[in-house]
Amino acid sequence: MKISAFHLMPHRELPADFERRHPSVWVTPPWWELADARRVGQYYNWTLDELLHAARAGFDGVCTNEHHQNAYGFMPSPNLMGSVLAKQTNGLDVAIVQMGMTLPTTSPPVRVAEEYGMIDCISGGRLVAGLPLGSPMDVNLAYGITPMEHRERYREAFELVLKAWQAKEIFAWNGKYFQLGTVNLWPRPVQEPHPPVWVPGSGSISTFDFATEHNVCYCFLSYAGARAASTMMDGYWDVVDKKGLDRNPYRAGFLQLVAVSETDAQAEADYARHVEYFYHKCLHVPAQWFAPPGNQDYRSLLAANRNPVRRAEDPKTLRYRDFVNKGYVIAGSPATVKERLIEEVVKRLNVGNLMVLVQIGSMPHELTIKNIDLFAREVLPGLREIWDDKGWENHWWPRSLRGSRQTAASAR
Amino acid sequence: MPTATQTVTVWQQRVPIRVHVKGSGPAVVFFHGPWGLTWGPFLDALAQGFTVYAPEHPGTSPDEPDAIQSVDNLWDLVLCYDELLDGLKLREVMAVGHSFGAMVACELAALQPARVTKLALIDPIGLWRDDAPVINWMLLSPQEMPGHVFHEPDGAASKALFGLPEDPEAAALARTRLTWAMGATGKFIWPIPDKGLKKRIHRISAPALLVWGEADRLVPRAYAKEFAGRLARTRLEVVADAGHAPHLEQPEATTRLVLAFLKG
Repeated sequence: MKISAFHLMPHRELPADFERRHPSVWVTPPWWELADARRVGQYYNWTLDELLHAARAGFDGVCTNEHHQNAYGFMPSPNLMGSVLAKQTNGLDVAIVQMGMTLPTTSPPVRVAEEYGMIDCISGGRLVAGLPLGSPMDVNLAYGITPMEHRERYREAFELVLKAWQAKEIFAWNGKYFQLGTVNLWPRPVQEPHPPVWVPGSGSISTFDFATEHNVCYCFLSYAGARAASTMMDGYWDVVDKKGLDRNPYRAGFLQLVAVSETDAQAEADYARHVEYFYHKCLHVPAQWFAPPGNQDYRSLLAANRNPVRRAEDPKTLRYRDFVNKGYVIAGSPATVKERLIEEVVKRLNVGNLMVLVQIGSMPHELTIKNIDLFAREVLPGLREIWDDKGWENHWWPRSLRGSRQTAASAR
Repeated sequence: MPTATQTVTVWQQRVPIRVHVKGSGPAVVFFHGPWGLTWGPFLDALAQGFTVYAPEHPGTSPDEPDAIQSVDNLWDLVLCYDELLDGLKLREVMAVGHSFGAMVACELAALQPARVTKLALIDPIGLWRDDAPVINWMLLSPQEMPGHVFHEPDGAASKALFGLPEDPEAAALARTRLTWAMGATGKFIWPIPDKGLKKRIHRISAPALLVWGEADRLVPRAYAKEFAGRLARTRLEVVADAGHAPHLEQPEATTRLVLAFLKG
């Protein structure tokens, strides 16, 4: 197993009545009313400190991601954060997992190849290159990309980035969305032929096809937990089977919210309000913004309208115990968390690359450190060797880090 | 009386455009808005005095959703319509457009000023004012939409456009086609419906009629002034008790205005 700490960099102090007073946490939340730049500077520094703490505590990787115009998670440039993390973790066997820089909104997309090249150089070949499609709120609403062109633009940018990393000769790119007369990337990444590629998705079939056709790691970023994700992930593995690929668990990544404390009861005392803050405020977005007209192709749209996925219940009606019982959040004592992660997530979904959301909603810095420490000390060692006896190779992890990690404790 | 349909395939045989045809007399082409073609009393009335051609925007015809993938941008789209008129053997036409379709009619008239002899624009889009933004209907919920498009959100015209059939399969299809029509038209106006018409509109030579629903809650009346100021010969008529789609909500009043203009 490879286990990484994931951070959204949310606003941690939204007012109690936020979701009643404002229509959305994304795109339209008023900065001047809700935020303060000096305080936000503190959030960014906490975020970096927390991820660095996770790296030193024994996590295999640290994950950042890109979102725009929101209070849910506002790292508009994940590579600014990833660059700091790369520098500060030199000497540690930790992957810098950029989940990542959004392809359709980066123009020209060789910028992604360049910046990832820089991080791979700075880190000495420890980059995992997430190449996300981006959410409609980011790409269509905040960054103005036409919904009907979103996926096609992504596919063109993806091909361009992969070619820019690997081409031995200077080439011209005459695409539909991007035209470049002279592509000659400086710098090239350390990892050859290119850094491992992860493609995050939210369960759409076209992304399963894309991930398997390109032999990348498909990452399901879900906030509804493993039980809700099982149908989706089964669908992914079906596609893997149909394409004649192996069921290597490292083909799959999964994001899980985790909150660890001394006991199950203490976990509720520590984390309940932060978990509720996350689901009630940080996910407060008008439903139709997730699928503006044209964003889904006609067949997917018709399929969705014929079989409305049993609509995920409105999280605003749920409370901490519901989130825990339903597996949205895996919370409790180290023993509880370990058992549920192994059974519900790792084994049930066949996942080799686990991402753990260690800072949830309003969770303050000290409590986040506690969560990271308890997880790294009491939970992580019991997960690390799960797939080792099966002989799978994690082709989607930096080659130099594929062995079992020397933790700070064991190195001492 | 039903319409006849014919399909003209343009753009190097890659874009089939299905056209509904009815009536006799001089040619009138109707360009529909963002929610697909509705053939109703308004077009029936026009067909009393004219041959009405109502093309379906690429991608909005049944069984041809992917036709839109071959039309990359507004320039492509306008040329497709120019080729459509060739295919229909129409040298000169009068053009009537609603909303997005009115913008397309303007673009066609700017490209081929001699080809469009009259221009009736019903709540057109295509221009932009920072102090009176056009609402992006593609971001509205299904519950919000009728109130922005119609004066009476629960009225018959609203139900006809946005209501869903009882049968689940028919409802899924109707919902899909409505969303896809918004996507296929929205492709040419996202995220702001100003794609340069203001630079080309001076080329239009046809006399124009502007028809505005009194209670248009998508495209503010301020835009009537914007269009009127840029078109050489134009007149504004406001339809009472109508929103963004007066030809659907008040077909009789709208028909009177448009027929008088086309015949005048």
